[in-house]
Amino acid sequence: MSLDVNTIFQIAGIGIIVAMIQTVLKQMGKDDWAQWVTLIGFIVILYMAATLIDDLFEKIRQVFLYM
Amino acid sequence: MDILQIVGLGLAVTFLALVLKEKNPVFALVVSLVAGVFILLMMVDQIRLVMDMLKSMAQNAHLNNVYVATILKIIGIAYISEFGAQIAKDAGQGSIAGKIELAGKLIILVMAIPILTAIVETVMNLMPQMGGG
Repeated sequence: MSLDVNTIFQIAGIGIIVAMIQTVLKQMGKDDWAQWVTLIGFIVILYMAATLIDDLFEKIRQVFLYM
Repeated sequence: MDILQIVGLGLAVTFLALVLKEKNPVFALVVSLVAGVFILLMMVDQIRLVMDMLKSMAQNAHLNNVYVATILKIIGIAYISEFGAQIAKDAGQGSIAGKIELAGKLIILVMAIPILTAIVETVMNLMPQMGGG
């Protein structure tokens, strides 16, 4: 497949790593830092997802609004 | 073998989302969203083939270009709104999903107005005592 499937696994990896960091930080008693880490990880993957969705919408626009 | 790739991708993403859901559900949702986008992106080429066939058939039949374009747009709106509604439903926001579907249906109805008008006019012309006037 021509597309980059790695993005999915990247997002999943970021999710797992963020969950681990969150657990460690919570054990250390730094709950506010854990929340920041979650938020920033979420923003990063949201950016990646938004790029892909933009790609999809552009392609669909090409196919369906061609005429 | 596109279908094998898609099924494998879907299964892998399903299990990844299951693992992620325990820790942070938002990430699981984004992973499933991206997987859906990927599968649709792979399918866009196939849809393009079907659309090209429809366009060539319409040109051979000398159909009005506006109607064919409207129908293609309606099919696209249906795909997109279904996609968005399913993502929203996955996130547990059933009401947002319902609103997306409602908006899709309404926009489709509005885009179909010229076709509906043409049909009604044709029917009226078929009835001499009413429409021909």
